[in-house]
Amino acid sequence: MPLKILVTAKRVEDPESKIKVKPDGTGIVTDGVNYKMNPFDEIAVEEGLRLKEKHGGEVIVASIGTDRSMTEIRAALAMGADRGILVKHDGPLDPVVVSAILDKVLEKEKPDVVLLGKQSIDDDQNQVGQYLAERRGLGQATFASKVESLESEAEQKKQPGIVLSADGKSVRVVREVDGGLVTVDVNLPAVVTCDLRLNKPRFASLPGIMKAKKKPVEEIAAATLGADLAPKVVVKKLSEPPKRQGGFKVADVAELYAKLKGEAKVF
Amino acid sequence: MGNVLIVAEQSGGHLKKASLHAIAAGQAIAARTGGKVHVAVLGKGIGAVATELASFGVTVHAADAAGLEHYLAETFTPVVVELAKGLGATFVGAAATAFGKDLVPRVAARLGAATATEVLGFGGSGAAVTFLRPMWAGNVLAEVDLATPVKAFTIRPTEFPVAPKGAGGEVKAAAVADPGPLPTRFVEFKEVKSARPELTEARIVVSGGRGTKGDFKELEGLADDLGAAVGATRAAVDAGWVQNDLQVGQTGKVVAPELYVAAGISGAIQHLAGMKGSKVIVAINKDPEAPIFQLADYGLVADLFKAVPELREKIRAGKGS
Repeated sequence: MPLKILVTAKRVEDPESKIKVKPDGTGIVTDGVNYKMNPFDEIAVEEGLRLKEKHGGEVIVASIGTDRSMTEIRAALAMGADRGILVKHDGPLDPVVVSAILDKVLEKEKPDVVLLGKQSIDDDQNQVGQYLAERRGLGQATFASKVESLESEAEQKKQPGIVLSADGKSVRVVREVDGGLVTVDVNLPAVVTCDLRLNKPRFASLPGIMKAKKKPVEEIAAATLGADLAPKVVVKKLSEPPKRQGGFKVADVAELYAKLKGEAKVF
Repeated sequence: MGNVLIVAEQSGGHLKKASLHAIAAGQAIAARTGGKVHVAVLGKGIGAVATELASFGVTVHAADAAGLEHYLAETFTPVVVELAKGLGATFVGAAATAFGKDLVPRVAARLGAATATEVLGFGGSGAAVTFLRPMWAGNVLAEVDLATPVKAFTIRPTEFPVAPKGAGGEVKAAAVADPGPLPTRFVEFKEVKSARPELTEARIVVSGGRGTKGDFKELEGLADDLGAAVGATRAAVDAGWVQNDLQVGQTGKVVAPELYVAAGISGAIQHLAGMKGSKVIVAINKDPEAPIFQLADYGLVADLFKAVPELREKIRAGKGS
C-alpha cells in the first residue's frame, strides 16, 4: 500500500556551533553560527524515505520559518523527498504555535504517517508531536527506535524501523523509554517522533542535490492558515548557566584515590 | 486557587523516585500560589503506591483500572485532564522522564495549556510563576512565561529535592471513563534488567565513551565495586556497546550524582549537558587536550585500561583496611 508521508525539517543552529547569549539576554549571538536541519528531523526524513522505498508513495517535507528555511527543505529534497511545503512565519515559534500550523497542514495534506524529530536541538522542548497528535485526535508513538543496533544488517540494508501492518491500517513502532523498549501499534494516520537509534540518515548525493533544485516547493503564508500564531511559551530572558570550575589534574592513580577519599570523601 | 496536579509514575506497582522530586516542585509552586498539591497515579493494582504517595502529605487520586495497566498517552490523558479540570488545577506537571515527556504535552494540548520541558527551577514573583529551563543542550538558561491559563511542565529530577514526608495525606479513587476505541495499542515491553542502581538515582555513576573501544568490563567492575550505575556516551550507545537507556547527555539521561567517573570520554557538549551538575567529576583520558578535563575536578591523563584496574585495586585494599 503506497503511503503518503509527511516529515518535518526545522532550521536550527549547527550542534557543533558555539552558542553564546547576547549581553542583554534577548537572544543568542548568531554571528558565525552555522545552520542546518535539526538532526532528529534528519532521522525522520530518512525513515520517511525508507518507508516510501519499501511501500511506495510520497514524502512531503514541511518547514516553518523565513525564506532561509528553504535551505533545510532543499536538503530533505536532496536526500530524496518528493516535494516541499514552506509555511512562512517570521515570529517566535513555540511548540503550541508549530503544532497549530502543522495541524492546518495535515488537514490539507491528509498524510498517512507524520514523522517528526522527537525534539529540536535549539529549544529542546520535545512537545510538537504530542501536541499535534492530540490536536488531530491521532495516536502517537514518541521516541521511535528499533530493536536492531545501528551496526546491524537491517540498518545496512536501510530497512525502515517502523513496520506497516499486513492490512495497511496501522504501524508498529518500538519506543525507547526508561528501562527498556515498548512496542505499540498505532492506527493510520499516525504521528511518530523519531529518536537517535531509529536509523543513520543518508547523505545527499550530487544527482540528488541537482534534482532537488527542480522539485516543487509550495509557499504558504502562516497568517492565511487560520491558526493561532500568538506565542504561548514566551522567553523572557536568556542567560549563560554558571560555569563549572574544573581543570585540576592529578599525577597518578594513587593521587586520584587519595583525593577522592580525603578531599571529596566519596568513599 | 492555583492548585497543582502532579502525575506520579509507577511501573508494576513500584513508585518511580523521580515522582517525589516532581511533588517537591509542585509544593514549591503551591507555596507561592496558596494552592494545594494533588497527585494523580494511574495503573492497575496501584493501591500500595497510592498509600505510599499519601505519606508525603498530599491528596492522591488513584485511577486503578485494567485498561490502565500498560501506559498509553491516549488512555492516561483523559483521566488526568478530567482530574485537572475537577480540581481547578492551574499547574499540571510530572518528572521529565520518558513517561512525563510523552504524557504531559498531550494532556496540556487538551487543556489548552503551554508546556515547559525539563524545568530546573521557578522564577517570577508571588503567584506569577515563570519557569527556568535549559536550551541549546544546556548552554543557555531560559526564563519562560507560559501565556495560558493552565501551565504544564516537566521537571528535571536532579534539580529538586525529594518531597518530605508529611501528615494529612489521603487517597481518593479517581474516575476512569471508557476511552472508547483507541488509536494505539500496547504490544509488549522489553525490560532491560540490571542489578545495578538506576542511572538517574545512583550516588555514583561510572561512564565510558569511545575510548573504551567497546570494552566496558573494567568500568562495570569499578561500578560494582562502588555500588554505582553505568553510563555511556552517545557514541558508545550508537555502536551497540551498551544498551540505549544508559546514554547520558542532551538527548539521553541527565544525571547529577555525588561522583561521576568519565573514562575514555572526550567531552562533547551534548554529553556534558547530561552530567555537568555532578558534585565531583573524575576524568580519565589518554588525550590531555580532551575538553572533559576543563570540567573535571580530578583529571588523570592515562590509559583507562591501566588506570581503572589500578583504581579498583586501591578501592578494594581501602575497604579491607
